[in-house]
Formats: sequence, C-alpha cells, structure tokens
Amino acid sequence: MDVIYCYDGSFDGFLSCVFDSYAHREPPAGFSSGEEALYTLFDSRQVSTDPGHAARVLRKVAALSPEAAVLLRRGFLTCLPDRELHLFRLIAKLLEEGPGFLRDRSDDVLYPVLRAVQHLNGEAHLLKGFVRFSDLGGVLGGEIQPKNRVLPLLAGHFGARLQGERFFLYDRTHKEALFHVPGQWAIRPLADFQMAPPDEAEAHYRLLWKRFYDTIAIRERENPRLRMSNMPKRYWATMTEFQDASYFRPAAGSLGLPDQPIPLMEPPETGAP
Amino acid sequence: MDVLEKLTILTDAAKYDAACTSSGGNRTSKPGYLGNTSTSLAGCCHSFSADGRCVTLLKVLLTNRCVYDCKYCVNRRSNDARRAAFTPEELADLTIQFYRRNYIEGLFLSSGVFRSPDYTTELMIRCLALLRETHRFNGYIHAKAIPGTSPELVERLGLLADRLSVNIELPSETGLKALAPDKTKKAILAPMGQIQARARQSREELVKYRHAPRFAPAGQSTQLIVGATQDTDFHILRLTQGLYDRYGLKRVFYSAYVPVVEHALLPAKDVKPPLLREHRLYQADWLLRFYGFRAEELLDGGNFDTRVDPKCGWALAHPEFFPVEVNTAAYEALLRIPGVGVTSARRILSARRVGPLHVDQLKRLGVVMKRAQYFLTASGKTAEGLRFTQDSALRALMAAERLPQPEMEQLSLFGPAGFS
Repeated sequence: MDVIYCYDGSFDGFLSCVFDSYAHREPPAGFSSGEEALYTLFDSRQVSTDPGHAARVLRKVAALSPEAAVLLRRGFLTCLPDRELHLFRLIAKLLEEGPGFLRDRSDDVLYPVLRAVQHLNGEAHLLKGFVRFSDLGGVLGGEIQPKNRVLPLLAGHFGARLQGERFFLYDRTHKEALFHVPGQWAIRPLADFQMAPPDEAEAHYRLLWKRFYDTIAIRERENPRLRMSNMPKRYWATMTEFQDASYFRPAAGSLGLPDQPIPLMEPPETGAP
Repeated sequence: MDVLEKLTILTDAAKYDAACTSSGGNRTSKPGYLGNTSTSLAGCCHSFSADGRCVTLLKVLLTNRCVYDCKYCVNRRSNDARRAAFTPEELADLTIQFYRRNYIEGLFLSSGVFRSPDYTTELMIRCLALLRETHRFNGYIHAKAIPGTSPELVERLGLLADRLSVNIELPSETGLKALAPDKTKKAILAPMGQIQARARQSREELVKYRHAPRFAPAGQSTQLIVGATQDTDFHILRLTQGLYDRYGLKRVFYSAYVPVVEHALLPAKDVKPPLLREHRLYQADWLLRFYGFRAEELLDGGNFDTRVDPKCGWALAHPEFFPVEVNTAAYEALLRIPGVGVTSARRILSARRVGPLHVDQLKRLGVVMKRAQYFLTASGKTAEGLRFTQDSALRALMAAERLPQPEMEQLSLFGPAGFS
C-alpha cells in the first residue's frame, strides 16, 4: 500500500520518513511537509522526527558511498519538484544495487538529483559574488532572492571572509536569515524584513560603487546578451548597481541635504553616433 | 577633486586592461585580518559590466599621469585628458569599504608612469603596504609591474601582491618600435623573467619553511592587444605558447583594440574592435592550456577562419582522426572531439566503467551533441538518423555558432565550404 509521508520539513524529518518507510515496508507515493493540506487517494502517515532514526539512515548511506551522503544533504536544499521522492529513489537504488551506478551520471535515478544539485551549487557560486551588503551602523546586512536554499552553502564562505564582522543575510524566497557574529553563525526563520535606509556614509559608498560599475564598461563593446547570460536578470533586484536614484539618497535626518540631486551617470547612449 | 571624480577618471583610464581575475590565490582567513581569496578554481565574479565582462576587482589606476607616449593608449602624454591621482589613504579606504560590502574580490592596481617606473612603483608599494599592514587586508591584490622598474622594487611588490602582470600589449618588436617608442622587448621581458624565477624560489622555500614569504602566489599574467598592428593570429598564438612554456604564465589576455585615437599607424577611429577574432584567440588559448594542442597544429600561418571555433576547424581538417569511439578512446583523444570538454571527457571515463555507453546517454554526460555528433561513435553507432557530408557538417557547425548579425554579413564574402 502506497502512502504519503507527512513530516516537519527538516532534513532529519525526511530521513525519519525513509526509516519508517523501510520499517513498515511501505514505499512512499509522496512527501508533504506541513502547510499544504493533501487531499489525495493515498493514505497518509504522520512521521515525527527522530534524530536517532535519521542518523541511522545517513550512516548507512555514508557507509555505502560518502559522496551519496553529500548528495542527499545538498539535494534536500534544492528546488527540484518532488525532491524527497527523487532522493528516496536514490537511497533505495543505493541500498539495492550498491554504489556502482553513481559513476554513471546519465543514470535515470541519479541524473535529476545531480542536475538539481548542480543548479544549487551554481546559484550559490554566483551569489558569493552577487550578494551586496550595506553597513547599517556597524552591522552588515544583505538580501537575496534565490531559487534554492543556498544559505547553508554561503555561511562558511562569508563567515570566513568577514570573520571579524557582525552580519546577516536575508533569504526572501525561503523567509530565513543567516546571522553571524565573530566565531559563530546560525540560520533562523524570519517572516519579514525591511532594509533600513542608508546613512550618509553608506549612501556615499553605494554611489561610488555604482559610478565604478558604470564607468568600467567599454561602450564600443556593449553586449547586453552576454551580460544577461553571465548574470541573469533575476539577480539584479538585490544588487546595488541596478537600483534607482532613491537607493543612493541618505535617510532624512542625516547630514546631507535631502533635495540634492544624486550624481548618477546618464545611461550610455545606444545606436550609431 | 573629490573621490567620486577621481574614481571616475581613474576607472575610465583603466578599463581597457582585460585582465580581471581572482583565481589562483591561496590566502585563507586569518584572525584579525579582513578577507581571504576565492577557493573556486574559476575565481569569483562580483558583477558583469554592460559589455558582458566580469567585474571582480576594483580595477583602477593609481594615476593616469604618464611620461610615456604610446600611440595606442588613452593615457599617453600627448593626449589631452583630465589627470588625477589617488592618495594611498583614499585607495585603501575604497578597497576596504567595497570589500566589506562584497562589491569586489580585491584590488587591481595599475598606473601610468609618473616621473619614472621606479617612482611609480614606490607609490604603488606604499598603497599596498598600507592596505596589507595597517588595514590588515587579506583579500586578492593584482599589481602591475611596470617595464623598466628596478628588480628590488619588483621584489617588494611581489611580496605584497597575489598576482603580478607585465603587459606586452604589442605582439611584435616592430609594433613596439612604431607605436610604443619608450618601451623595448627587453624591458618587458626582464621583469617577467625575474617574477618567474622569484616565484619558483618562493615555492621551493615554502616546502622547507612553512612561514617563508610568498612571492606572487597566484603567478603572473600578461595582455596582448589584437588588431592594432598587422600581427597574425599564428604569430600571437606562437608568442602565447612561448610565454606559457618559458615564463610559466598563468594567463595571457587578449584585448581587441578599440580605436581611441586618430593616428596614421593605427586603425581608423570608425573601425570596430575585432571582437570575434579576440574570441577565437581565447578559444585557442584554452586549447593550448587544457586540451593538449600546440599552436602549430591549429594554424600554419595566417589567421583563424572565424566561421567555426578553432577546435572544430582542426577536426574538419583532420577527418582521418575521426570518428572517435567514446567507449575505448584515451582521455587525450576524447578531448579532441568538438563538443567534448574537460568535464564531459572525465564523465565519459567514469561512466564507461559502469557499462558500455550509447549515443543517447552522451547528452546527459554534458557532451554538446550538435557539435560532437559528426565526430564520434558510441558502441559503434552514430546518432540516430544522422546523415552528413563534409560540406553539410561545416554548414551545421557554422549555424551552431549563432554569430551576431554583422559578422554573418561578412561571412557571405567567403566562398562555400572551404574544408575538404
């Protein structure tokens, strides 16, 4: 009898489902984590997270193949539709056949998971560059809008690079934030977040960066298609260089004259001279 | 003059330098210091400018004042341009504040030759020392070694920077004589040789003493201007190969010449920069570094046929090498198939240990079949329903290039398929 497994949405919760599915010999027809109520023809089974069960599943997978264990962890962070089902199939095949098939990337069970993890890794790699922080009175703050849950992959990178700084990074898509103080970091759910307007100094550095960005391009080589394929437009929303004039205006109450025009550059003329 | 204005002038003056990479560094974060270098093999791009090029470092000149008068350069002495100079403090503050906000991966510091090469280099050293020692900056620094600088100063520069570069710019001595009369081949190659020898020595010392000072740990690079002189692709590629072989360079960059001045010896101002030619040279450069090709295999004089990439060009000219059977071919042979790269060749090696490969699996291994299908078999078979002649393969491969429109117009000037 196929059943839908309902769990709390955590990685350990998912592994507990895998454990229960083997314990009850009931292969999953699907997984559900909380919010969306399911009206289906299948039975559902409520699984409570058991760290002991989760650890046993992960240990078994890692014993067969350490890279499969990494793939599971990463795969769980992706935006692959029905990712739990794909990951379950991967575990099942691994237990049944052993790790040999993992060498063949074109394998039907492995390929979708690898593709999704590649997407996740690629997005995290791009965001290591595209994240923009603002100095909010000594604390650095930034926002991103990724498709995959990249924060766990970014935590180590920014934690090492900015090890002496206090910073946070808000993920608008998954409504959670990475918090860092020297020596430790954590990822916590955060329902809503509004960035405070910049003070005088912050507005100044934003403007300097925008000016640098606009000046470094060689007009004779302009190539919007190349830029977009290297840096898809969906990342632009949270990047300093693509914000409008108000982003570069210091908050009222700081020293600057609020009505002063912002010295942004004219957009470069296009077409023949 | 305020910092915003200086930044504008000195960025504008630096933008024709193509090199902007942050790869090869190995600085790990240290307590009390700001930053580290990217662990990714490809470095880290922080943005892409409107021309599609990667922005990774704060790329500026220390000053655009210059005593030289190189004809091709916007900063030449005789050009009527606004001049500016950063103070070390201004530049250090910009670097640190941009770095904290994750705008950049580090600093790329170059300069016009102010008074003399030695004087300029000393100014650069003051800047970098301020960043490294006072501000405890541990991010990436790429510094330009100016031809004619004394060896003691290059030594100090290399201990502060991750990567050094000396720009050759003009690929031949005749070009240098005509367009850059203040520079000589010898003055350019001397610091390159010194950097190579010193970096090798530093690596040897590091084996013996863990805290031996690191000299330019990310190696050195250079830039060649394409299209300002009559030099052929073959000449440029041979020069590149020699630089990789003899000087152990990490990268050679090519910069399509953008006509910025009217001069009898240079292309007229309305000539478009040869972007496609630059692109083909980069492709050939990759073939030299990662695919085991030699310059003499790719060309025997003259320029590349820009209609297809150099690897396709080689494959079409060597039908005797193909088709390659992916189940048995060695790694080196797989790498010669157009549409198969370093990654997909490794995946083929790994996957064929599980079982024999078939054509329909190859796409999932990352093989670009629209190119590769003409040159390989899998378990003895080609792609389903594939029929082609030498001529139709060339046409299909040209179509796969999706060249921008103006280039296509030029192509019609060539005759039909030239390979046979």
